[in-house]
Amino acid sequence: MIYKQKVGCKLENLKPLRDFIRESLAHHGVHELHISEIVLALDEMCSNLMIHAHHCNPLDLFELRITVEPGKPVVFEIIDDGTVFDITKFEGPEIDSLVHDKRKGGLGIRLVKSIMDKIEYTQRDGSNVCRLEKQVRKATA
Amino acid sequence: MIHIKRLQEDGADVVALVGEIDASSSIDLDLAIAKSVGDGFTKILIDCSSLEYISSAGLGVFMSYIEEFREKSIQMVLFGMNEKVANTFQILGLNELLKIAVDKVGAKQMLA
Repeated sequence: MIYKQKVGCKLENLKPLRDFIRESLAHHGVHELHISEIVLALDEMCSNLMIHAHHCNPLDLFELRITVEPGKPVVFEIIDDGTVFDITKFEGPEIDSLVHDKRKGGLGIRLVKSIMDKIEYTQRDGSNVCRLEKQVRKATA
Repeated sequence: MIHIKRLQEDGADVVALVGEIDASSSIDLDLAIAKSVGDGFTKILIDCSSLEYISSAGLGVFMSYIEEFREKSIQMVLFGMNEKVANTFQILGLNELLKIAVDKVGAKQMLA
């Protein structure tokens, strides 16, 4: 099953995007705590993309695609034509140094890396694809 | 979308967060805490009982005040988080760095 959603680069669109992710995964009985972690990680990835690659231009669109197949990790693809913001090239800063520097940013990268099992960037049909994988548990398991 | 309500109880500023905090609304949280500090409060309670979601942008706001509060001897306690919101703080270990209580009574007890 594949779920697709196109989104304009406007931070107010993050909420409907989170709803889309929750609803898509809920169809497959994914455990609620897993859903909330995944929502958190994708919110981070998509807000980064909107801010850093598109400077919050609401006319710029990207696509989030969620592929759920039985027995396989769920695959999330963020497909975009903008500048790549490759978080695998960044080390999340240590929490202590963030506290010391009174910084507000930098937490997200740690968050995504700790939630997702795999993050990779590829090119497909001239677009940048950020592919994330997460093995999920069923609520009843 | 976040609504923020402030009321004062026993000399503490109680800041209630209603709704969701993400990259579009974290600025409102930041302004509310800054206002509380600006008004001279040294005891700040953050009521999370109606907080449905917090992204890393919101967590970052709390983080950014830890050092300043240490320097100024300002105490901040968060309370009333639901399981999912509490889990978000735990993923990054922020539950170790921030004071978090189950409810308002517990939060007030943590204010020395």
